[in-house]
Amino acid sequence: MQSLRKPCSMTALVAFALVSGNALADWQLDMTPGVTDISQQIFDMHRIMLWWCVAIGVVVFGAMFYSMIKHRKSKGHEASQFHESTAVEVLWTVIPFIILIIMAVPATKALIAMSDTSDSALTIKITGSQWKWHYEYLDYEGNSDINLDFLSVLSTPRDQIDRPALSSGLFPHSASKDKYKADGNYPEFGENYKAEVDNPLVIPTGKKVRFLITSDDVIHAWWVPDFAIKKDAIPGFINELWTKLPEDKTGIYRGQCAELCGKDHAFMPIVVDARSPEEFEKWLASSQEAQRIAEEEAASGVNKTFTKEELMAKGEQDYIARCSACHQGNGQGLPPTFPALAGSPMILEGTAADHINIVVNGKNAMPGFKGVLDPVTLAAIITYERNAWGNVPGDGVDVVQPRDVVSE
Amino acid sequence: MGHGPTQPFIKRMFTTTNHKDLGALYLIFALIMFLVGGFFALVIRAELFAPGLQLVDPNFFNQMTTLHGLIMVFGAVMPAFVGLANYMVPLMVGAPDMALPRLNNWSFWILPFAFGILIFAAIKSFLGMGDAPNFGWTFYAPLSTKFGPESTDFFIFSVHMMGVSSIMGAVNVIVTIFNMRAPGMTLMKMPLFVWTWLITAFLLIAVMPVLAGVVTMMLTDRHFGTSFFDAAGGGDPVLFQHIFWFFGHPEVYIMILPSFGIVSAIIPAFARKPLFGYASMVYATASIAFLSFLVWAHHMFTVGLPLAGNLFYMYMTMLIAVPTGVKVFNWVATMWKGSMTFETPMLFAIAFVILFTIGGFSGLMLAIAPVDQQYHDTYFVVAHFHYVLVSGAVFSIMAAVYYWLPKWVGRMYNEKLAKIHFWFSLISVNVLFFPMHFIGLAGMPRRYADYAVQFADWNQLASIGGFAFGLSQLIFVWVIIDCCVLKKGEKATDQVWEGAEGLEWTLPSPAPYHSFTTPPVVK
Repeated sequence: MQSLRKPCSMTALVAFALVSGNALADWQLDMTPGVTDISQQIFDMHRIMLWWCVAIGVVVFGAMFYSMIKHRKSKGHEASQFHESTAVEVLWTVIPFIILIIMAVPATKALIAMSDTSDSALTIKITGSQWKWHYEYLDYEGNSDINLDFLSVLSTPRDQIDRPALSSGLFPHSASKDKYKADGNYPEFGENYKAEVDNPLVIPTGKKVRFLITSDDVIHAWWVPDFAIKKDAIPGFINELWTKLPEDKTGIYRGQCAELCGKDHAFMPIVVDARSPEEFEKWLASSQEAQRIAEEEAASGVNKTFTKEELMAKGEQDYIARCSACHQGNGQGLPPTFPALAGSPMILEGTAADHINIVVNGKNAMPGFKGVLDPVTLAAIITYERNAWGNVPGDGVDVVQPRDVVSE
Repeated sequence: MGHGPTQPFIKRMFTTTNHKDLGALYLIFALIMFLVGGFFALVIRAELFAPGLQLVDPNFFNQMTTLHGLIMVFGAVMPAFVGLANYMVPLMVGAPDMALPRLNNWSFWILPFAFGILIFAAIKSFLGMGDAPNFGWTFYAPLSTKFGPESTDFFIFSVHMMGVSSIMGAVNVIVTIFNMRAPGMTLMKMPLFVWTWLITAFLLIAVMPVLAGVVTMMLTDRHFGTSFFDAAGGGDPVLFQHIFWFFGHPEVYIMILPSFGIVSAIIPAFARKPLFGYASMVYATASIAFLSFLVWAHHMFTVGLPLAGNLFYMYMTMLIAVPTGVKVFNWVATMWKGSMTFETPMLFAIAFVILFTIGGFSGLMLAIAPVDQQYHDTYFVVAHFHYVLVSGAVFSIMAAVYYWLPKWVGRMYNEKLAKIHFWFSLISVNVLFFPMHFIGLAGMPRRYADYAVQFADWNQLASIGGFAFGLSQLIFVWVIIDCCVLKKGEKATDQVWEGAEGLEWTLPSPAPYHSFTTPPVVK
């Protein structure tokens, strides 16, 4: 709280007020028609509903305004005393009912079509977790031995996101205080600010793709507006949905998590890279190969002994990418939910085994990273945490090797 | 009989069993909560003024959206309606007081403690000493159970207390209406405000125990090893949503039915013409209340219900448009060929009809299950429920306050200031909420602390509207102080409004402490 009283720079506040107008666009008014047959149907229904509402609004509000202008006491209008009319009342009960039936027919048809997940060419399992998506390719054209999966995480640099207007950082824990710039000269927003990821989901056009959706922790929702599909990812349950892009609609499509899932709900975007079937198959083959090599390397890396410098260098990068959203780049965390690692009793007083156990198996709200990150990365992050920000491990174990992590 | 209050002010406040004292306490409490909840909303709008994180961290942002929702729903709108019922139902049915005066005192005095607990959690969070509830006002499991902050237990206790208060208030309204009507006032002669509150009270008794049930299940999941909402123990997170929305959908009608009653009193008064279709108004209210129990899963179209389920809830939801439409048409027909004047209550009532109808239109669009795949959990939904709750419920409460204030305090309010309040509110509420339709259709999900740059322009405009709307409400506070405390206005007549009808206008202004000591006869 004390930090609030510190002087804040006017420049930063003014810069906050006058959002850098150049990068901002749009004033978009309406829904996207999207690129699939279903999304077009939904868009058409949306427009028809909108026009029905506009038409009814014009009649009802028109009558109201006419009455407000003509039937006022100041113009000497005498009040009639009528107060019922069965004919009129029946009429304005029946007409809306008919309009509703007219609307229900296409809606029913679309809903039936959307729930038909049969005969898909590709099946992908999507697992949401705080705050990233995990994509696993299960089956392609009858081949269920694909062995390809990866995480998809926001790739917008934190420097673009954190732009505190006050020198005390973000309320109430002074998060990102170190990012404060008195001159308000924050980095420009990238073209795809907050809508870009490290590994996009790649799918083929012209083929029906089925998604199986679930979650590891809380409820998330996977939504790509251009495909008009949105489904909740529910821990312990699997939901299905599907899409089929026309052959020529290759390109990048962006979506977002649409169900409140905790602190970084706004920071787990979805990017889909739709390619022609030939390009997709090429990508699939090379990705499978890359994953096989990476797994071999990881397996051999497990037995390798790294120097402290190697682990620290890799650890810093991986820490910023994987851990800093909660524990912060400066290790101060956001207590009490996200504890500080700088000066943490876990490191200063506990043992390396405790530290490894927490990272690998999780604690409280923090998920375990076993199977999410490979042992080399885990060892690098743990080594970094034990030595960064002036930390000195209490048990003297300052370097953790991949094999130490695997044994947990 | 006919004595005024005898106790000193402070003691009277705590010990009073008088329906007017308690009505006033409820209304003042609601106004304070409205300002607190509004302050939280302004924190949200300030953070959303520009892309990027400038003011608060996202976790705190989530606490603000949660507390804003909880406080506005349970602390502002519902107590305001209970306050109006307390004050007006005995006056309207020709009774001396509510049927159960001590219960009345108790049901009010639970509230400050219930909200004290919630606000205590908020203050702790402001001081950086622990998170307030941060899972949205809908508190979906498992975000609120396994992943909830420690203060979730405060929240559960607070909700239990609010529920007890609401149930007792509802029981009191029902008993009063059934037993204390003046001779000759048959059910079908009751003012519509009394009718809508009677139906609301039944909704409250039906669903508040369900809310209490769901928070109790949360409590046992958190502390006593049950797994109602945890799949790992054989439970189901979706079960939470079914139970919550079985409460939640009737709850939104609890927050709008009394508005229908208010508007049905005000429009005929200022059109100097009887309400059109009284009987159909009663039947429409009853059918809306009945249907409210059959539509809860329209909040869950993306949760993965079976096709038949989605179809059923879509049809039922669309059906609600029919009785709601009847109400709107009746109000327009009441205005038609009247002899209208436009004092502040009438202005708010007309704004209610138009803006509530716009909220109804977006509600109809949301009912179409396949299209809801695109609307669900976006700002389009936020725009929809703020149109029905702010420019709907809140505007109707303001209309009611201006309409009955002269009867309560015996003096007119400052009409000029009140009109300024109206026009500022009307313009700013639309600048605030109309752009949210566009933001939502363009694809921005709700409860986002930060957004992609393409949503920046409309968000900026909405934030400007938000601050303008917030500041406009200070005029409202001033009008009330000016009238009630400074007693500046001229003395009100008994009739107050030329075209007003009903028993309350037969009493002197201000209405005597014990209302009707001898029952009036209604012909």
